Amino acid sequence: MAHFEKATSVKDWLNQRLAIEKVEKVMASEYWIPKNINFLWAMGMVLMITFILLLVSGIFLLMYYQPNVDLAFDSVNYTIMREVGFGWLWRHVHGVAASVVFLIIYIHMFTGIYYGSYKKGREMIWISGMLLFITFSAEAFSGYMLPWGQMSYWAGMVITNIFSLGGLHLDGLVEWIRGDYVPAQAFLNRFFMLHVLLLPLAILGLIGLHFAALRIPHVNNQDGEEIDFDEEAKKYLAGDKKGSKVMRFANDFMSKDMMVVGIYLIFFFYLVFYHYNFAMDPVNFDPADGLKTPAHIYPEWYFLWSYEILRPFSVNIGLIAFGFAQVIFVLLPFLDRSPNTVPANRRGAFGIWFWLLLIDMIVLTAMGKLPPEGAFSTIGLVAALAFIALWIALPFITAKEKKL
Amino acid sequence: MEKNGRRGFMGKAFGAVAAVGAVGSLVAMKKSWDPLPSVKAAGFTTLDMTVYKAGELVTEKWRGKPIFVLKKTPEMVAKQTEADKARDIIVNGEHYMIAIGLCTHLGCIPAYYPDEEGFICACHGGQFDFAGEVTKVPPPRGLDIPPFRIDGTKLVLGEVGPEYENMKENGVTL
Amino acid sequence: MKNKEPIILAVVVFFTLVTYYLVEPYAHHVMHKHVDSENFVYADLPAINKTGDATRGKDLVLGAGACTGCHSIEVAGMPAPMDPVSAAAAYGVNPPDLSNAGVIFDGKFLANLIKNPAHALMVEHKFDPAKGQMHPMTQFYGAGGDLDQEVADMVAYLQSIAVEQESVTPAMAFENACGRCHAVKYEKWTQIGTKPSFKYEKDALAFDIKVLEYEDSIKKYMGKLPPDLSMYIRSRSEHYISTFVENPQNYLHGTAMPRVGINAESMEKVIEYLEDSGDNKRHERASVGANVMMYIIIFAIFALLWKKQVWRDLH
Repeated sequence: MAHFEKATSVKDWLNQRLAIEKVEKVMASEYWIPKNINFLWAMGMVLMITFILLLVSGIFLLMYYQPNVDLAFDSVNYTIMREVGFGWLWRHVHGVAASVVFLIIYIHMFTGIYYGSYKKGREMIWISGMLLFITFSAEAFSGYMLPWGQMSYWAGMVITNIFSLGGLHLDGLVEWIRGDYVPAQAFLNRFFMLHVLLLPLAILGLIGLHFAALRIPHVNNQDGEEIDFDEEAKKYLAGDKKGSKVMRFANDFMSKDMMVVGIYLIFFFYLVFYHYNFAMDPVNFDPADGLKTPAHIYPEWYFLWSYEILRPFSVNIGLIAFGFAQVIFVLLPFLDRSPNTVPANRRGAFGIWFWLLLIDMIVLTAMGKLPPEGAFSTIGLVAALAFIALWIALPFITAKEKKL
Repeated sequence: MEKNGRRGFMGKAFGAVAAVGAVGSLVAMKKSWDPLPSVKAAGFTTLDMTVYKAGELVTEKWRGKPIFVLKKTPEMVAKQTEADKARDIIVNGEHYMIAIGLCTHLGCIPAYYPDEEGFICACHGGQFDFAGEVTKVPPPRGLDIPPFRIDGTKLVLGEVGPEYENMKENGVTL
Repeated sequence: MKNKEPIILAVVVFFTLVTYYLVEPYAHHVMHKHVDSENFVYADLPAINKTGDATRGKDLVLGAGACTGCHSIEVAGMPAPMDPVSAAAAYGVNPPDLSNAGVIFDGKFLANLIKNPAHALMVEHKFDPAKGQMHPMTQFYGAGGDLDQEVADMVAYLQSIAVEQESVTPAMAFENACGRCHAVKYEKWTQIGTKPSFKYEKDALAFDIKVLEYEDSIKKYMGKLPPDLSMYIRSRSEHYISTFVENPQNYLHGTAMPRVGINAESMEKVIEYLEDSGDNKRHERASVGANVMMYIIIFAIFALLWKKQVWRDLH
């Protein structure tokens, strides 16, 4: 048994047993953040807040939701929306947050790509982040099943059909995933389990990994400058707050974080109360009907770019392209062959690559929503091919990059 | 040091504003736990008092709980004690025992024995007479009487009428 | 270092708005046709240029018009000849009570309806006399006098027995104009009336069976069961429903749903009924929304002030 002194205060008592002062220094007051950053660096905190909004609103929805094919729709649209005190509020918060979180994820991702925050020691941050993207995607998909509306049912039908893997005709696998021949009670219940327990646990674990991966390399900065954190920290602690290149996470960076969060929440709550149809698609207010496909089916906006890569090709090629698109982002740290960790605008061809990728993904997103006819499907095909070409070109472009 | 004081103030002020939001959220969360309107609306049961046979115990349902309705025979009415009379419910000239069919000890449903004209609770042996008064411990008090209102030949459980209010005031039921 | 944040913000906002525009307003515009309202004027139907006399109209409605052979008029003491389920079995759908037809439906429409139901209701594609398909409501060929005058009189009578427009409740408008075909589960409305609460399960089930029998009849009559409208205000939107009811053929060419001939005021009441069903908490959402927006702006201001205070030392 280690030696323990009689405590002088509550803080001292906890300190001797849990080292709270040390933890507080490591996680907050002496976790050093470069000053040379902009508001995009606050997207992590914005994601954290949005995730908490999803968890809390989810808890209250969970109190009343019924994962039964005959009861699910009414448990949401009658019980929660009409009967439960503030039930409508939790549902709107949950639906809008589930959509907006992906906007913030994409901004957060593209910030990382732009500033090279996936390179030189930060590969695990990027990889754990991409795993979070994949888990959040699964969480969003499983959640969308639950209201058991027309979109829920047909999205479930289509996405599980992907697992037949085209020419391989793995119908047995598809039936196993569903637990039935079509999306029915078994399907709803297991996706409820995934959405409420398994995936949130995975997300919490991955968030822990993501933070752990961030702690040692520290956060990047606007110039990609390699900072000696120990030396800059010494300057700060000696009193030279202005001259030091770093600041404390708490309360220096956190106060800016909170300001960005405050502005974000104005935007967020405006959507929750006044402008929410983009997140709660009208088609899903029709109860699920296995004998009638809606005139227009489409996934939620954040999946559209991916959906559009699948669509223009014949089924087997489409599936390969789709699989490629899911995996390729994870490999970014290894495909980028250049040693430069500077913002994209200083990296010549890579800078152009960045904007082309962003524009291409927006074009794919738009085409994914539009009916696959005429000019729309041609543009979609070109954009899908451009996506593949951009990623194949990346190693070549970056290998040729001048060392800065 | 003055700067730190002001800085501390702004931080505390922001914290206070955030706390207001947290309290607001807690209020909304509390309301989400409240029983639903459909649950509260289902809290009324109307009994048609013309259908009961004297001496026969019928168990109705109100707010998910069993309700004993026993139309008293003339012999039962004659041998009522003062305590029994206080819990007597008279509808359209007939005398009834109406009570929540849960033992006031720990909530099991006592069984009615018509030959003994009394209730015996299987859980811990408590006994009640035909009027709901305790005749053997451990139940601490007579069978509870649900709020009721007499409406002609009907009795509405869940609504409060003058007879029930009287019983409450006199401590006949909780 | 130069503060690049305004430009960065502009870039982020720009790409977000472009994506939003393409995926929402633009895509929905491409996917769904837009139909303008004709403000319930029923332009295709000719006006009946006669002034109606309610007294003469009453004689016709209760007499030669033979209306009460199928229709009840509760307010005039004329009961329904059959119960709803039997009526639906006979005619496909339960003929409506006419007590408030005069205030809920458009007068010009009613006149044309009496003269030629299939035409006014826009279901001639289903009920073609040449093919021997007769609409369950027979045409009124007149009682020997001027047909238009007689029809004007009948409409005048119906308008005279109806309540005032201000007294028409959303439920009245809906139940009359839509409720004999469409159920609204969330308002406990079935095609045969509001579902009561039953003490005994047997009685509840007996009621449900009657509804199912009714629905069988209407399914045969219409080709498929008219959908439950509980959430339609959110799945279809106010504009779509309004213009749809004005003329269902606008959106679903060849549909069996009749153009019901409702007037503009009653249409608003129907929309309100559907909003009470499918968007019940809209008023609370508006008021809580206003309060939350005010609070969150204050929150952001305080966060900004705190940040400025903390960063004074850092710059």
